[in-house]
Amino acid sequence: MSSPASNARLLSYVDALAEAVAQEMRRDASVFVFGCDVDDHKAIQGSTRGLVEEFGAERVFNTPLSEDAMAGVAIGAAMAGMRPIHVHIRMDFLMLCMNQLVNIAAKSRYMYGGQVKVPLVVRSVIGKSWGQGAQHSQGLHAMFMHVPGLKVVAPSNAHDAKGCLTAAIRDDNPVIFVEHRLLYYADAFVPEEPYVVPFGKARVCGAGGDVTMVGVSNMLVECLRARELLAEVGISAEVIDPISLVPLDIETIVRSVGRTGRLLVVDNAWTCCGASAEIVAAVAERAANGRPLQARRMGYAPVTCPTTPALEAEFYPDPAKIAHVAHAMVRPDATPWRPDQRHAELAYQVKFRGPF
Amino acid sequence: MRLQALNALREREPSSDDLERIYRSLRLIRRAEEEIARIYPSDKIKSPVHLSIGQEAVAVGVCEALAPDDVVSPTYRGHAALLAKGGSLKGMMAELYGKATGLTGGKGGSMHLIDMRHNVLGASAVVGTTIPVAVGYALAFKRMKSTRVVAAFFGDGATEEGVFAESLNFAALHRLPVLFVCENNAYAIHTPIAKRWATERLAERVASYGIPAARIEDGDVLAIRAQAADAVAKMRGREGGPHFLECRTYRWREHVGPNEDYDAGYRSRAELAPWQRNDQLERIGVLLAGGHRAAIDAAVEREIADAIAFAEDSPFPEREALFTDVFAG
Repeated sequence: MSSPASNARLLSYVDALAEAVAQEMRRDASVFVFGCDVDDHKAIQGSTRGLVEEFGAERVFNTPLSEDAMAGVAIGAAMAGMRPIHVHIRMDFLMLCMNQLVNIAAKSRYMYGGQVKVPLVVRSVIGKSWGQGAQHSQGLHAMFMHVPGLKVVAPSNAHDAKGCLTAAIRDDNPVIFVEHRLLYYADAFVPEEPYVVPFGKARVCGAGGDVTMVGVSNMLVECLRARELLAEVGISAEVIDPISLVPLDIETIVRSVGRTGRLLVVDNAWTCCGASAEIVAAVAERAANGRPLQARRMGYAPVTCPTTPALEAEFYPDPAKIAHVAHAMVRPDATPWRPDQRHAELAYQVKFRGPF
Repeated sequence: MRLQALNALREREPSSDDLERIYRSLRLIRRAEEEIARIYPSDKIKSPVHLSIGQEAVAVGVCEALAPDDVVSPTYRGHAALLAKGGSLKGMMAELYGKATGLTGGKGGSMHLIDMRHNVLGASAVVGTTIPVAVGYALAFKRMKSTRVVAAFFGDGATEEGVFAESLNFAALHRLPVLFVCENNAYAIHTPIAKRWATERLAERVASYGIPAARIEDGDVLAIRAQAADAVAKMRGREGGPHFLECRTYRWREHVGPNEDYDAGYRSRAELAPWQRNDQLERIGVLLAGGHRAAIDAAVEREIADAIAFAEDSPFPEREALFTDVFAG
């Protein structure tokens, strides 16, 4: 992704999602899209735009507000040979599907002795800002990482959004596809033709030797901004995008930490029992070179997400906070440093463009 | 005692072949489960068992109305539905023993039986969870322009789960070929309906979704067969759409395990008596021509003995099997 392919053009994350689905629906008649509001004029904030017009109401349809049963319907249809994409405009609503996803989707292949497969994509969007608050903001990917039988993927840019969604649709297993609302209008160079970004392969998005920063979903973008801030004070951070959390490419992270000795994982979620905890633990277990590992985690404050911007700003990690923590890890004896506030604007306030 | 609405169907009197097939199926389920109960205390069976003894007529009657390529979705009390649909007795018995030759190679046990070769979907130990999965299977059939149907079995307890209502609504809305079959044995584990339902008008509740609903009170296997056949014919016809069948029945043994539990205090043996007098196995058995019943009984005994021998002689799975089939592909 370092140099754009010849047929690549700048495309937003949201358009990349819609393009991936449209291309796979053209390719495979068993693919269908359903969920609350997928076929209305807002089209899940644009991510399902054009699908019902091209493929018709049999393959793109709204559902009753019955997430529990609809998850089961998706599983049954998948077992019968179809490839459903079940869409949720917020990840918080996946709690209504939890029984089906955890007790049936994740387990069917195993508990039925390999007699069935469940090629299912569950798309969901993590919200942030504009007062999204307690129940429109949660990054709950760790809950799904915990359960064997589910793949979990959280692309951070338009290129990976298209490639991962294509891979998810073609995968013979249930895939929890984690999107982030603030990434929707970020552009990246995206090839026109269908392609797959394989799961289980992390990407080093910026090389560095002082500290390894792993950013999940939108926090990858925040880490890249933090990396720029750190460069201003002579600290070189390596930023890694895991892309998929299950399967997780721990080796790429271990290799980086083997050089830097320092690991900072920034998740778009709480830290307790989260992806950040898993990554730090997995690296610690594999650190075999005898070098002490310095590790930190950052994520949501351990509270419910508030709505007012005054408190919400405190709730999330941002580039300045990330840079501050990374600086303290690299230079523990130096005076604590806070980046220039003008430079420390939230990453989404700067029009961010991949590729990295 | 029986509700009405069966007049047209009663014209379809079963032939002697039909009766023999029905008897054989009832007999196979009854005797297989009696053997499971006999073996259970030996600890050779490595799985909790929820026996269908007394409830066989529902599965047998419904499966009589299905074609081989139709699909059933059983519950964790699912030996009856699996066997009635023609699922593998050997595979089931080996599965109960935890053997590599079991239907799921020892991964699922009695509560997660499945036999896709015979169009038996997997069962779940979480009540009601298979109902929407069955509906999804039917959605795929409709999308594929197939005339196949899905019979989704569940108990009276499952109708209290929210997903039941959600599934009914969606199946009715999309006119999906699902036959919802409620095996109403009047207890959710040990709790009677009187403690769980404000009214017993289940079929009326379902009908309000726009789903034709019938209730059969006395467990009459021929009535269930006729009603199911009528529903399936309509589901395959121009109108299509789901149908609902509530079959009253009675679980003769304990909720889980091989024994009776009439001394436990939550129900009386007097409650069992009319169901035993109305035992469909006996009722159909006496209708068979002389000598045929004994021949069927003998064949069933051989089949069960073979399945038990197969289960006992089969190996346990290799250690490596622990890590297979977490993911497909």
